[in-house]
Amino acid sequence: MKVQLRDPNKIMRLSRLGSFHQSKLSFLRSFLNEFKDWEYKRDLFNLDRFGYGEAVYSFRKNKRTYSLVCFANKIKDDERSDRVIATKWDAAFTLHDGVPNQKDIDRLKNEVPRQEVGRLSFKELTLSRANKSVRVFNHVVERLSEGKQPDLELLSNVGYLYRTTAVYGSGKFGLADRFRIKNREEINGPFRLEMMLVYLVRQFTFDQVNHVAHHKNPSKAVVLDRKICKNLGIGNSTGLGMAPFIVNHPTLLNNWVMSREIALKKIREIKIVKKKDSVLFIDCIKKSITNITSWNTDSEYQQNKIKNLLKDIKKFIHFIDNDFDFEDEYPFNQIYLWLDEKACEECIEYVVSIMMEPYDEITNPLVSQMSSEEDKYFTIPTNRTVKDLINIIEKKYSNILEINFKKKQNTQNFWFISKNKEEPRLADRFEEGGSELEQPLAIARDVKKLHKKLLDTKNSSTVAEFLSKNSKLRHIVRRAFIVEKFPYSEIQDNTIGKNIMPIDMLRLKLSFFGALKFDPRSDKWLRICMFQGAPLPDELKNYDEQWVYRTSI
Amino acid sequence: MTSSGSTGQVFKKMKSLSEIETTAKRASKAAGFSWGESEEIGKCIRQLEMFGLPGVKHLNYYFRDKENNTYENLSLINVSNSSSPNPYCPIILGISFLDQLKILENYEKIYFTNIAYPIIFLSFLSRSSEIIGKKINVKFDKKEILLNLNVNIYSNFLNIEFPKNSKNLEISFIENKDNFNENEWESLYKLSENTFVEETDSLKKSAAGAGLTDND
Repeated sequence: MKVQLRDPNKIMRLSRLGSFHQSKLSFLRSFLNEFKDWEYKRDLFNLDRFGYGEAVYSFRKNKRTYSLVCFANKIKDDERSDRVIATKWDAAFTLHDGVPNQKDIDRLKNEVPRQEVGRLSFKELTLSRANKSVRVFNHVVERLSEGKQPDLELLSNVGYLYRTTAVYGSGKFGLADRFRIKNREEINGPFRLEMMLVYLVRQFTFDQVNHVAHHKNPSKAVVLDRKICKNLGIGNSTGLGMAPFIVNHPTLLNNWVMSREIALKKIREIKIVKKKDSVLFIDCIKKSITNITSWNTDSEYQQNKIKNLLKDIKKFIHFIDNDFDFEDEYPFNQIYLWLDEKACEECIEYVVSIMMEPYDEITNPLVSQMSSEEDKYFTIPTNRTVKDLINIIEKKYSNILEINFKKKQNTQNFWFISKNKEEPRLADRFEEGGSELEQPLAIARDVKKLHKKLLDTKNSSTVAEFLSKNSKLRHIVRRAFIVEKFPYSEIQDNTIGKNIMPIDMLRLKLSFFGALKFDPRSDKWLRICMFQGAPLPDELKNYDEQWVYRTSI
Repeated sequence: MTSSGSTGQVFKKMKSLSEIETTAKRASKAAGFSWGESEEIGKCIRQLEMFGLPGVKHLNYYFRDKENNTYENLSLINVSNSSSPNPYCPIILGISFLDQLKILENYEKIYFTNIAYPIIFLSFLSRSSEIIGKKINVKFDKKEILLNLNVNIYSNFLNIEFPKNSKNLEISFIENKDNFNENEWESLYKLSENTFVEETDSLKKSAAGAGLTDND
């Protein structure tokens, strides 16, 4: 039986993309898988009794070494902010290519804590900073120094000791350009070095909290229980900076979603499912309930989604336990069809992710296809005709062509880059100034404009002739030819409408990172947790691959 | 500004190519080009800088001069193209060249008179060379430049300031052909044969296809 890939017009809607969950394809999980046989080491730990100073952690294999260089700094409570406008953080980090010597550390000490205003070199690969969850960090220090373990309920509510507020890579602030390292096999997957940084930062947070607790009360202090450590991740506050990324990297977006869709298609095409695979699937579904019930958020929007997810997952488990037989042919296809009819989008995508758990042989080859050589598809095939272009648009953007952009609500917002922080922002076109400097992220509106203009042009004209008179539409012509080849490269929704939920765009990207517990703090930013439940670095050689569904706090 | 690093080497505080591309794109939009054109400019300036050519410098010069000067926008390129008195805008010319490449590659030579900041135009020609899979030779003002499939730019311009204007520029597409003659190849091939081993009759009999009728 052949199953069709799901329709991009349905899957690439923002509400669906904003319901995606982590899976085996997620970057933090594929990172752990790739680096599990690398040698992990803490090379330097030079902190004072309050936990301020430098530390270096590394992964090495053969002749290659990646080193996380950490700088922990004292800051005042009123200087601590997760917002991008902050200028000081509790800790700052960079991933150095190789083994840094003292001169490197001295150089980096002057640059890394300054973040965006510092300057890195091609020897640095990623850059980040993080703030303590002061409430949790101080509580853990206090309890450990008294010889006790911390209150699990408090830890469960937060899930981490530190949260990063930005992770930069690919040439930002002088960091190495991607092309310098792209041929390294171990990083043949998107954001792998960003994942490495966050993972090593997590270990630094445990070491730091133990260190401070010890110096507070050397005779009595205990270390944080390993099981508790494993159930803590790294938090992250993410704002709109992430949203334009998925619009600006269409072939990359396609490759992420396409990999997920191919995995689902292949799983639905399995005629007979082995007992061990169905057992693993059901086990993950049932154990994952903890991830839903411990998913805390004040956001009413997300609370409703979680409520519906929990309700539908319970309904699904009842169906699997009572009305379903895994010995039937094509059981995962039956499951998918049941979900499509009876479950909410959040639940459909949740189960789709878990379907991948038993199938390394399907997911592993897809991981290496999730990067993209974007430049290959940059050139517009200008010898094609206007008729070709009309056909592509009508076939690939059918939802979008139905939007009426004469209605004010459909052009209510515009995307711009803020002058003070050079970060993307969204504003009301009719209330705020600056819409004349709008970024080219209103794809739906511009596609519609292009379509209208094309209909007024002779069908046999070449695209070159069309562009010579319509240069303002050049960016969108390029996209149309990309979506012709890459069906999941485009968000099939209006990104400037009144009702847009920008967090759906963030959620899409963060789900591919492998984030858990999306906690929207408004419609424009959210908090998440990464690596919660993940093995500790010294456990990587032999770890439970389904760790993500086995968290206990 | 410099600082030293792990191998004792000195790190110049550089801009990454990614920063160069993004900033060139945004600056071009601010200078009045469309987003689509600005994307092209960003790519081209990145490429020039990667080749060690002064792309950022000349783009700056061009934007500065653009405020006070007028440039001609040539959107339909012919075999012979002349602009007087105002020079051609290298960006619009470059984009037009890319867009009309499939037609232009049929011409043996293409001539331009009066192009502003020809180095910017060169970056578009370099991308054109990659797209059509042919080297492009450019001659101007007694200088010669070989654009090699956007892998590198070879010229006798090294250490010489690029001119801000090219009076006469001639482009020719180089058909793909060997850079050596048959004798040179034979000589090298003969030497390489010294790594081969003479096969015995018995080995020949057991080689692939042995024992089969070739007409089956």
